[in-house]
Amino acid sequence: MKMQFKIYRYNPDVDAKPYMQDIEVELEPSDKKLLDALVRLKTVDDSLSFRRSCREGVCGSDAMNINGKNGLACVTDIVSLKQPVEIRPLPGLPVIRDLIVDMTQFFKQYNSIKPYVINDTPPPSHERLQSPKDREELDGLYECILCACCSTSCPSFWWNPDKFVGPAGLLAAYRFIADTRDTAINERLDNLEDPYRLFRCHSIMNCVDVCPKHLNPTKAIGKIKELMVKRIA
Amino acid sequence: MVNRHVIGAHYGLRDWLLQRITAVVMLVYTIGLVTFLVLAAQATYEGWQTLFSLTWVRVLSTVTVIALLLHAWVGIRDIWMDYVQPLGLRLSLHVATILWLVGNFVYAVKVVWGV
Repeated sequence: MKMQFKIYRYNPDVDAKPYMQDIEVELEPSDKKLLDALVRLKTVDDSLSFRRSCREGVCGSDAMNINGKNGLACVTDIVSLKQPVEIRPLPGLPVIRDLIVDMTQFFKQYNSIKPYVINDTPPPSHERLQSPKDREELDGLYECILCACCSTSCPSFWWNPDKFVGPAGLLAAYRFIADTRDTAINERLDNLEDPYRLFRCHSIMNCVDVCPKHLNPTKAIGKIKELMVKRIA
Repeated sequence: MVNRHVIGAHYGLRDWLLQRITAVVMLVYTIGLVTFLVLAAQATYEGWQTLFSLTWVRVLSTVTVIALLLHAWVGIRDIWMDYVQPLGLRLSLHVATILWLVGNFVYAVKVVWGV
């Protein structure tokens, strides 16, 4: 089977500006996912650059814009795609080369919410335990693989990537706010109570639409707001 | 490395909450107004004037106008914050918006209480 692509190409060392490359590749019967096709494509043009690692939707490396929608190449079925398949880098982040974007801004925001349990009380001899019910609160939050599909599909993140934490960062923020072992809930809410950091979210819900792990950042953001209201009301 | 990131302005929640509450006020007033329009489809000019000269109707109308303007303030400021990056221009737009909304308020009060 032949597969046709329209791929965003940009090598800042050679190209004056980005361009779309029309290219096609003969697939093998074992090629099932878009990532298989892209790896096969490198036999046609080995200068094509993209990130990939685990090839099974766990590492979050191969996030890209596929026919206008962000997703992971490794979990996208080839048969589900309309051809020619238009592949672009994640929107809103600086392009390093071809489909590789600079994720610095994304991780800066992630880092700003202190993505680790804060607990200054003396640790028990074994470990800090949670009841199954408390642990359940973290379902739908801890599974995030930081692929950046959500944040880079969010218009609020496009306009203010330096100030708005973005859906991935806010989902992670709520993951630690909801953790009963964490003692810094007030500091975390203080850190987020800001017209830009949290309240740039206008519930557009592109994040929910694109998340390859089927998580719901909008719901997490709603819960953060709910906790803030509880704090003052 | 020293972290020079300025974060957590400690406001924003009240504005967000205000926008939700004012939306409910406007919804209630709109339902009341539409109900009146349906029930009094045949109302004459005098009927309308009598209704809107009742003090409680005037008070409710004024409260709704205030809700509308506060709602608009949060919404329009959000637009400036989303799209306008230069600080000077953004603050000027904020001030212009406030002046425009206050002007609207004065005019609305004149209309509602001048019937």
